[in-house]
Amino acid sequence: MTSPITESQAGLPKPITGAGDARKSREGDSRDNGNGGRVLNAFSHGFLAVWAIMIVFPLCWIILSAFKNNSEIGSSAWSWPSHWSFGAFGRAWDKGIGDYFVNTLIVMVFSVPLTMLFGSMVAYVLARYEFPGNRFFYFLFVGGAMFPYFLALVPLFFMVKNLGMLNTYQGLILVYIAYSLPFTTFFMHSFFKTLPTAIHEAAVLDGASHTRTFFQVMVPMAKPGLLSVGIFNVLGQWNQYILPVTLMQQQSSTDKDRSMLAQGLVNLALQQGYAGDYPALFAGMVIAMLPVLVVYLSFQRQVQAGLTAGTLK
Amino acid sequence: MQHRKYPFIVGFLIVPLVLYVTFVLWPYLQTFGYSLTDWQGESQSFKFIGFDNYSTLFHDSIFRTALWHNILLLIFLPVITILLALFFAFMVNVGGRERAGGVQGVRGAGFYKVVYFFPQVLSVAILIVLFGAVYRSDSSGLLNGVLVKLNLEDANNPIEWLNDPNTVLWCLLAIQVWAGVGFYLVLFSAAMQSIPKEIYEAALLDGAGRSQTFFKVTLPLLWDSVQTSWVYLSIFAMDFFALVSGLTPGAGYGGGPDHHSEVMATYLMRNFLYFGKSGYACAQGVIIMLVTLIVSAVTLRASRRDRIEF
Repeated sequence: MTSPITESQAGLPKPITGAGDARKSREGDSRDNGNGGRVLNAFSHGFLAVWAIMIVFPLCWIILSAFKNNSEIGSSAWSWPSHWSFGAFGRAWDKGIGDYFVNTLIVMVFSVPLTMLFGSMVAYVLARYEFPGNRFFYFLFVGGAMFPYFLALVPLFFMVKNLGMLNTYQGLILVYIAYSLPFTTFFMHSFFKTLPTAIHEAAVLDGASHTRTFFQVMVPMAKPGLLSVGIFNVLGQWNQYILPVTLMQQQSSTDKDRSMLAQGLVNLALQQGYAGDYPALFAGMVIAMLPVLVVYLSFQRQVQAGLTAGTLK
Repeated sequence: MQHRKYPFIVGFLIVPLVLYVTFVLWPYLQTFGYSLTDWQGESQSFKFIGFDNYSTLFHDSIFRTALWHNILLLIFLPVITILLALFFAFMVNVGGRERAGGVQGVRGAGFYKVVYFFPQVLSVAILIVLFGAVYRSDSSGLLNGVLVKLNLEDANNPIEWLNDPNTVLWCLLAIQVWAGVGFYLVLFSAAMQSIPKEIYEAALLDGAGRSQTFFKVTLPLLWDSVQTSWVYLSIFAMDFFALVSGLTPGAGYGGGPDHHSEVMATYLMRNFLYFGKSGYACAQGVIIMLVTLIVSAVTLRASRRDRIEF
């Protein structure tokens, strides 16, 4: 595996500066082998800092741009806002970001809890009960995660259309749930497997019904798993793009614009090329970014754990 | 108790199953069927045309270009992202000064992880707006602004990153690398931290340098994570719909200039929603799935090694 890596890296085009840096540093790394950690330490700090700046700087720059006016944005990348006003944020909110924000919230208030509920129900039954066809259903549910969305897109569109649910919240909610089920089931299945059986048995002996055991005993015990997969689903559905683009188009001129935030923001961006209110566009972006930033900074450990847990399995 | 088990199982499975079959499994299956028809979408009448869509596809030069772009992304996206992430993960975890206690990570490792991971939680829409501004074709774009400032570029003759057929695809690739490295850094870091410190110390005592430690100790022990990352990134490389449709010129989901950034996903969506060629679009969906499956299978097989227990 190492030889194709070096080969294709040598063929790297210039524009991707980050990758070039890494190559140089790697060569440097092997040269100062004998000098111990000191030189390497400087190297590692240097490159780590450069990449950190490459992440933070564009984000700060764009936040700053939300306070500039159009001519300041157009004149130079290094212009400074002449006066600090939040006007662009108000314009962005009125231009649609506010509506898109609310649309997304409406969908997610239903889709995320229902995804968690249905996913856990399926995972629990499949992990804890023996019945004929158990394996079949498990692979049926989990197998769906293997295929790209594009495989289903065309028939999905007509399915939703025939149900009369194009550009409706309920349609998108159902589709989000359905497409989040494979991963949620998969993750919760392995989680329910690891929970001790003794408490479950005690609840059953005390006369609790299966349903009651699930909701009052098993779900509370599964909280850490639910949190991880919940964060995964929140971010995944918040950032979902291809499904709303396909399913949430206005069906007629009188149909309400029910775009999701990501989709609406891109539409605004594409229109801005003509309408030209860049500060409002950047302000809209900041509005869309803030909740994620806040969630991330407050729960960064859980977010990192929740997202990476998905790949490790 | 036993006699009430089955109603319970059925009760728990039925609603999710109906949703899942209706919106996921059935459309998947239908795609295969529709890909064999000349279906135009709006009309409900269509006829069976066998594999004509597929043979048309392979003579469709735009589709072949799109496929080629996806293959380029399939090669470069995983290679660059994984190398950078491994490099940073190594630096963060064992790149620090040697102290009495042995190998250390750099100071501020936690800070780096928080910052690097952040783009991963950003919506692709934010990436589109952000990089639309970064790649702006005049000197008010951030990238051109930086290059002008460094005197690497003439201010009156800036590079039109996204309008230049030679740079557009690489610009999009760079966005995905920028956004993805932190995720894999965190992934590899977690794997590195599960490697016992004694192994590193033993290697150092035996006189192994840092790079030797990396290639002979760290990398083999991380192989499983690298493999999963590769598959995961391959799936990303097959998509690119949002970035291409949001950032590149061209009517109907971008792909320009002159198809130089066309990927299969954008061509599929254009055929479907702009031209109404539903059957044709379904055939493309099937091809995307086949390529994804083949790539995953090949990756898992080619990179298979003995698992090292520790």
